[in-house]
Amino acid sequence: MIVAKRKPFEEIKGLIQGYKKILVVGCGTCVAVCLAGGEKEVGVLAAELRLSQKSEKEPAEFGEATVQRQCDREFLAELDDLVPEYDALLSMACGAGIQFLAERFPDTPVFPAVDTTFIGVNQDVGWYEERCKACGSCVLGMTAGICPVTMCAKSLLNGPCGGTNGSSCEVDPNQPCAWHMIYERLARQGRLDKIIEICPANDWRNQKPQTLIQPGYEERYESGK
Amino acid sequence: MKSGSKLEKILSAGHFAFTGELGPPRGANLEAIQKKAGHLKGVVDSVNITDNQTAVVRMSSWAASILAIQEGLEPNYQMVCRDRNRLAMQSDILGAYALGIRNMLCLSGDHQQFGDHPQCKGVFDIDSMQLIMAVKEMRDGKFINGQEIDEPPRMFIGAAANPFAEPFEWRVYRLAKKIKAGADFIQTQCIYNMEKMREWVKRARDMGLTEKVYILAGITPMKSLGMARYMKSKVPGMDVPDEVINRLKGVEKKKQGQEGIAMACEQIQEFKEMKGISGIHLMAIEWEHRVPEIAEQAGMLPRPEV
Ligand code: SF4
Repeated sequence: MIVAKRKPFEEIKGLIQGYKKILVVGCGTCVAVCLAGGEKEVGVLAAELRLSQKSEKEPAEFGEATVQRQCDREFLAELDDLVPEYDALLSMACGAGIQFLAERFPDTPVFPAVDTTFIGVNQDVGWYEERCKACGSCVLGMTAGICPVTMCAKSLLNGPCGGTNGSSCEVDPNQPCAWHMIYERLARQGRLDKIIEICPANDWRNQKPQTLIQPGYEERYESGK
Repeated sequence: MKSGSKLEKILSAGHFAFTGELGPPRGANLEAIQKKAGHLKGVVDSVNITDNQTAVVRMSSWAASILAIQEGLEPNYQMVCRDRNRLAMQSDILGAYALGIRNMLCLSGDHQQFGDHPQCKGVFDIDSMQLIMAVKEMRDGKFINGQEIDEPPRMFIGAAANPFAEPFEWRVYRLAKKIKAGADFIQTQCIYNMEKMREWVKRARDMGLTEKVYILAGITPMKSLGMARYMKSKVPGMDVPDEVINRLKGVEKKKQGQEGIAMACEQIQEFKEMKGISGIHLMAIEWEHRVPEIAEQAGMLPRPEV
């Protein structure tokens, strides 16, 4: 899932300064699961914002709405009647959701209330770890299901570097060295031959905006254009 | 000859090579380079010019390499993968060669988090293995993308090896990969754990690797007990056994530097005899002025003329 983190409160306050009626918009999918921008977090943020306005002469008003997915038009449509009543939107979705919301309501300023941090996993309640950088050319078959692009601090494809500290990464004693893990798991599976060969330079396919149309749908969108 | 560099000539003639290190200044300070170079001239066969070492901004390694040439030294131009993408790397290599640089050392580089601009974006477009391969392909006349180069840069290609970092069993295979990628010579991490080093060299010999590549053993004399403790606990990938610490502890503070040099000389003696070791890479960090005396004491002088 996509993991996000709420921005510092002062930064959020600064972003919406001067607006009088603000709708806080949550998303019910990834950011809800990672406890950053679901319905509950929308309620908490709106309450904090209201409280901070108490001493103002003309306190701003805050509405709340959470849709199932901000990255999906179908769900954004639910906001069509509501948005015109507000002069700014404060989105708690990931960066993609925020942009799709802004695209749907181009006349209304949209501000982010979270920083989108990574694609990751849920280790335990409230504890998330990055696992994928969406580089566009997956090497997990070679590396025993451990991503060197993400998990190695230098994104090495022919690791480990000379800085390993025991089995930890040179940048952080609490972060296991990705290549140490890759080595151990491949050894355990008897597949070290996978990394004996030199892995050539990566084809970084994520260096420009991308569009993906799944096979079977090409015709549909070609004719639509 | 692959490059015709002095280092290549020394090694291919079967001489025991001796290389040094020069860290470029943190400013456009020509004098600093001249001063360091003065200590090394005639004492080492080639001098490594570090590339933003420990991720701290310094004068660029190719520029400092050219200045070293002007001072009568042969540079070993270091390049790390942290600060440049493959376009910048290849163009710098072309320029470096055109200006007379003939040796290169290809490294991953310390992570930017350790340096003086920890907020920067690390590039790591290619890794050190792929850089070695690229320099080799360029020497053979092709860019990374397979396109032809009109005048190939014919570098003598160096790579690093750390015999001490985990997983130990894998280190010799990684050496094999670097040789396969195109490394002509290897400079190792600073060696303090001789037992482990002997084992690593033995494994490399058993796999026939020492026949295919020149290995220069990395030596950094300890200046003091404090430095030894720092190296042991703070420097990534460093293996400093307790014997080293204890030996320095055994002498009074004023004499610790001398003891460090004595230890380094003992190591050099052993490496001179060790099958599979072709030379010494002396990294006397901010101790360039002591290099002539270390070289003398270790019996590395005079250097052969080639
Ligand atoms: S220690 Fe391991 S994970 Fe860290 S940069 Fe080196 S190879 Fe990558």
